[in-house]
Amino acid sequence: MSEPVAVRLTVNGMPREGRCAPRKLLVDFLREDLALTGTHVGCEHGICGACTILVGGEAARACLMLAVQADGAEITTVEGLMTDGVLHPLQEAFRRHHGLQCGFCTPGMLLTALDLLRVKPEPTEAEIREGLSAVLCRCTGYHGIVKAVQAAAPVLRQRASGGEGGMGSPRGPRG
Amino acid sequence: MSASGWIGKPVPRVEDGRLLTGRGNFIDDHPPVANLCHAAIVRSPHAHARILGYDLAAARAMDGVIGVITGADVAAACRPFGVGVTTPVHYYPAATDKARFVGEPVAVVVARDRYLAEDAAEAVVVEYEPLPAVVDPEKALEPDAPVLHEKVGSNLAGHRRLVYGDPDGAFAAADVVVRERFRFPKYGSTPIETYGVIARWDALDGVLTVWSNFMGPFIMHPLVARVLGLPENRLRFIVPPDIGGSFGIKSSIYPYLALIGLAAMKLGVPVKWIEDRREHLLASSSGTDRIAWREVAAREDGTILGMRFKWLDNVGGYIRSPEPGCSFRPTGNFVGPYRFQHLEVDASVVMTNKSLTGPNRGYACGHLYFETERMMDLLAARLGLDPVEVRRRNLIGVESFPYRTPTGGLYDSGDYARTFQTALEVAKYDELRRDQAAARAAGRYVGIGLALAVDPSVSNMGYVATALDPQFRAKPEYLPKSGAVDSATVKIDPLGRVIAILGTTPQGQGHQTIVSQIVATELGVEPADVTVVDEMDTFTRVWSISSGTYSSRFGSVGTSAVALAARKLKAKLVAYAAHLMNAPAETLEFRDGGVHRKTGTGAAYSIKDLAGRAHWNTESLPDGMEPGLAATAVFGFTGARAVDAEDRVNSSNTYGFIAEVMAVEVDPATAAVTILKYVTVHDAGTIINPMIVEGQIYGGALHGLGGALYEELAYDDDGQLLTGTFMDYLVPTASEAPEIEIAHVVSPSPLTTLGSKGLGESSSMTVPAVIANAVSDALRPLGIGITELPMTPSRLHALIQTARAGQPA
Repeated sequence: MSEPVAVRLTVNGMPREGRCAPRKLLVDFLREDLALTGTHVGCEHGICGACTILVGGEAARACLMLAVQADGAEITTVEGLMTDGVLHPLQEAFRRHHGLQCGFCTPGMLLTALDLLRVKPEPTEAEIREGLSAVLCRCTGYHGIVKAVQAAAPVLRQRASGGEGGMGSPRGPRG
Repeated sequence: MSASGWIGKPVPRVEDGRLLTGRGNFIDDHPPVANLCHAAIVRSPHAHARILGYDLAAARAMDGVIGVITGADVAAACRPFGVGVTTPVHYYPAATDKARFVGEPVAVVVARDRYLAEDAAEAVVVEYEPLPAVVDPEKALEPDAPVLHEKVGSNLAGHRRLVYGDPDGAFAAADVVVRERFRFPKYGSTPIETYGVIARWDALDGVLTVWSNFMGPFIMHPLVARVLGLPENRLRFIVPPDIGGSFGIKSSIYPYLALIGLAAMKLGVPVKWIEDRREHLLASSSGTDRIAWREVAAREDGTILGMRFKWLDNVGGYIRSPEPGCSFRPTGNFVGPYRFQHLEVDASVVMTNKSLTGPNRGYACGHLYFETERMMDLLAARLGLDPVEVRRRNLIGVESFPYRTPTGGLYDSGDYARTFQTALEVAKYDELRRDQAAARAAGRYVGIGLALAVDPSVSNMGYVATALDPQFRAKPEYLPKSGAVDSATVKIDPLGRVIAILGTTPQGQGHQTIVSQIVATELGVEPADVTVVDEMDTFTRVWSISSGTYSSRFGSVGTSAVALAARKLKAKLVAYAAHLMNAPAETLEFRDGGVHRKTGTGAAYSIKDLAGRAHWNTESLPDGMEPGLAATAVFGFTGARAVDAEDRVNSSNTYGFIAEVMAVEVDPATAAVTILKYVTVHDAGTIINPMIVEGQIYGGALHGLGGALYEELAYDDDGQLLTGTFMDYLVPTASEAPEIEIAHVVSPSPLTTLGSKGLGESSSMTVPAVIANAVSDALRPLGIGITELPMTPSRLHALIQTARAGQPA
């Protein structure tokens, strides 16, 4: 197999570096080489969405990218949402509205919802459901998740208009 | 704080903090041992084939490969798993002589990492002699069908004819008899976290430690020990605190505990295997596909006199325990919520070249109630009665509880008529019917469906023996089985901190939260003051054969054990305080986190105070009091008895009730089904956390909807799986999830410590019935009645086209 290559990228605002085989999936690189096990693997064929992360601010499937493709990229994973020990408003809304049970799809669901709210800060319920259909959840029937995203939307709009930055907040596509 | 304390409050979940921030501890997250090697499993591409040999040289020579084990190693080292029938089905953790379904493991490659293991798995050469396959359970019983297990001689794994009361008499006395044939599809719950196993063999101590996301029942522990030839005290199962969903499916991981365990033993390295999604869809587990013939005997007024069930349950290539639970798990609640006394059940369990089956949310109750509730509507139509009326006339009355069913079930509590009435009122049933009439007049296909179900929780291990002939069970060497127990320990450390320790295996049900609510209520502290440790370890936890988190048992048996343990500890604190206060214990009471005089006067002792004294100064304990502040309770249901000679068994221990109303519209052009209204009313006894309960109902309902409309593990005639990815196996997304109106009726269980019952499977067992009834009602003008699921657009469209072709223009 080909020799390992260096991968340098920014994850959750921190410069990170590792060496891996060119064929290594980004999700495996995050989990195994960077010990960021919050990003989960559910299908490895891009349907379930559990491995969704933000690459350059946009939602992407970490199981459909190679680590080497992420060289130089800016990545946000679920570990980067909380700041200073305080849950991100979206995480807080998931907690309040019972938007998770087993928690396995939750990281992908959170980052997908964040991307949705960046593109559509005032989504209708149908738009939320359409946006979240990129991630499969088998526990919740999606009810609590939809409620959580509805509840988080105005909070995030307020944050954005107040100029308050923070990890995972809308930054515009690809920087 | 009221007497009910934190019970009934939507307390936010303890689990959420770690799960929302990426700090969960799932099987794939944290290697428990160093130098893990990784397995890839070689699987049969054939549905039915004799294995002629293996060529492992190329694979073994590859970079990073530690070794390969094959079915030949399995045959040499293992005994077959015990099965739930007396037919000689030899089921091993991997194919030994023949592969009997696509995806059956035939070899395991272990390498330094998973990528290398998969490379080497590609290089394993298995020589097969393909054999004819059969996937349809009816065809599998034809005389010229290919036989999967030569030693069995046919594909019939088991057959029982159960007779309760006098069904022949009931049918002879009937004014009307209604008959129908149904097909229920094979589907699973596809938890988003797949199976995962890590095994370490300690050759010096002879201990095999297996970490996995196995959910129980822990009857599988002695089963796996026997397969591997290990003494039970040399096999350790550990389950990490977080499991990424299961819905029954992860009970069937146990063959892999043996297979990966064997790889670790043979190759001398710790081995990790994480199932991928394709493997999961090919070869994990699902419910059975079933062909059912139903007959109902009734009087003209709608009173049901008796029923006949005839089933062909397809368990796939082998019958894997706890099958044939697919037929018998609901034995005690075969009659559902209805009063009739005469029943005949003819259950055949058939093996075909499909993947294996096992518990899947609602374990066989989705099948049962789909058939029964469709029959109720057919009976109503035959008699010209409203479907509400025909059900009302047959419901078990509130005065009859506790109610002994003719099949041995003991329904502990309920008010079925009131719960049903609540559902009708919430749904505004009469208004729905008026709207439907207007819609029909306008040429629209709008229908209303009903479904009622008794929701069984906490399986009694004893039900599995219903599969065995009574003559076999009567033999002196036969050992009866029964039981449904769970345990919990509550302890107080020297600083007064309360810790509860469980051996359950939650998969998202929020046990830590529920336990903190119960213990906080019992001890008069805040839930946040209670630390709950919930990690199963067969070496350290108090457990039993029936332990585990399955069959909706925690809300009933687990919570009872926790409350009892807290009460035991509380009694000890009161006795200790009585000694310190030199007062009779009966003059004291436990409240607000301490022991007080009932008069409210004088000094009180807080938990912290008592804990400090008890731990630091054992001399202060009264004579005869055992030192230490810990109490363990094991709660078991006394009603969990072995199946009797007449095949009667109380197959579960608490029984809730579900009443549902759904209105749908079917678009005749696209065959799309739109849910206009869906109401579900549950009676699960005392509710401990309404937020968690609602979550279970939403999730269960969507599982039922998936099975009714979208999901099917579909095979072609050669036994090739057609739905091997999430592109083909369609899981409902947020866009398909309907609005649900939920209401509750509360009939506390007299059998549990808190009056609660299980509810985890909930509407997964009613939605297939309620939506099939609604769609049938919608399409009634076309003469269409649903007898087969899933109601995919293509299937419905074909029905509509055929019906329209047969109608005058």
